[in-house]
Amino acid sequence: MKAIYIPLNKVETGQTCIVQDLRATGAQRRRMLDLGFIKDTEVKVMRRSPLGDPTAYFIRNTIIALRKEEASKILVKVNS
Amino acid sequence: MGLTCSTCKRKSIVDLYHVEKTSADQMVVALAGNPNTGKSTLFNELTGLKQHTGNWPGKTVTNAKGFHKRKDKEFIIVDLPGTYSLLANSVEEEVARDFICFAKPDATIVVVDATCLERNLNLVLQVIEITNRVILCVNLLDEAEKKHIKIDLKKLSDELGIPVIGTVARSRKGLEELMDTVYNVCTKKIIPSPKPTIYTETIETEIQKILNMIKPIVPDGFNPRWIALRLLDGETDILDKITHYSYCKGVCKHA
Repeated sequence: MKAIYIPLNKVETGQTCIVQDLRATGAQRRRMLDLGFIKDTEVKVMRRSPLGDPTAYFIRNTIIALRKEEASKILVKVNS
Repeated sequence: MGLTCSTCKRKSIVDLYHVEKTSADQMVVALAGNPNTGKSTLFNELTGLKQHTGNWPGKTVTNAKGFHKRKDKEFIIVDLPGTYSLLANSVEEEVARDFICFAKPDATIVVVDATCLERNLNLVLQVIEITNRVILCVNLLDEAEKKHIKIDLKKLSDELGIPVIGTVARSRKGLEELMDTVYNVCTKKIIPSPKPTIYTETIETEIQKILNMIKPIVPDGFNPRWIALRLLDGETDILDKITHYSYCKGVCKHA
């Protein structure tokens, strides 16, 4: 069975997922790696702001807010 | 005023990097670390100053300086802005990075939060890639204890190859030991030998190629491996900075 990867911004609030790949490049990619978005890291979607953007994610013991365009570049596998 | 854009820029860079030592017994010590790990609290405890501390990240934007006396030496302690990384993304990160890279402090204390060590170690690895004069300060041990986190400082020190001291800056716990270690590193009684990060074979081969090319032109005191890595990252302005810094140092000497 082929695993289905979806962008992080499509993950529902309250769900946890595992980082699979980063599509960001250059400084943005570097930044994401610095923040801990590395393959096999668990990320929990905490909450979305009233207007739907940005969204708060819980990663490696810290909450980090990402905008949709950033989150869409992080490919994840949702935990079932 | 007679100031042109370029002279102002040059002057400000000289100011930023050049911490004036008034005697040979003075040592420059930088405080680096992730945002909100207690660098400013540690800074205040060590220097007796009251630099504004607050429990929010991004509070220290430029660097603050203070003094701490120990035995025959006087330490000029520089409180750097908190950063997650030394691969400059913002002004604060650039200030911190440039200071560690170009001002070459006699020692750098990396302050980490004991409650989320994993996130903090990224920066530690980056700092030990630049310099070996690093002391790791595992702060907020009281908070970690509350969360039932136990940290094996000895093992951490063995793994990283640098001295590791546990502290609670708020109540001054461990600060004596920390400054004794800083003293020993500054006076070269302890020479830390951090274990270098080894990359994949492809990257290592490229590093070697670049190293061979840049070794003859890298000025003294800069770590060629680190520069090679930045070049591999595509950060070409690092060379400009080195040239610029060498030039500034010349200006200071002649002034």
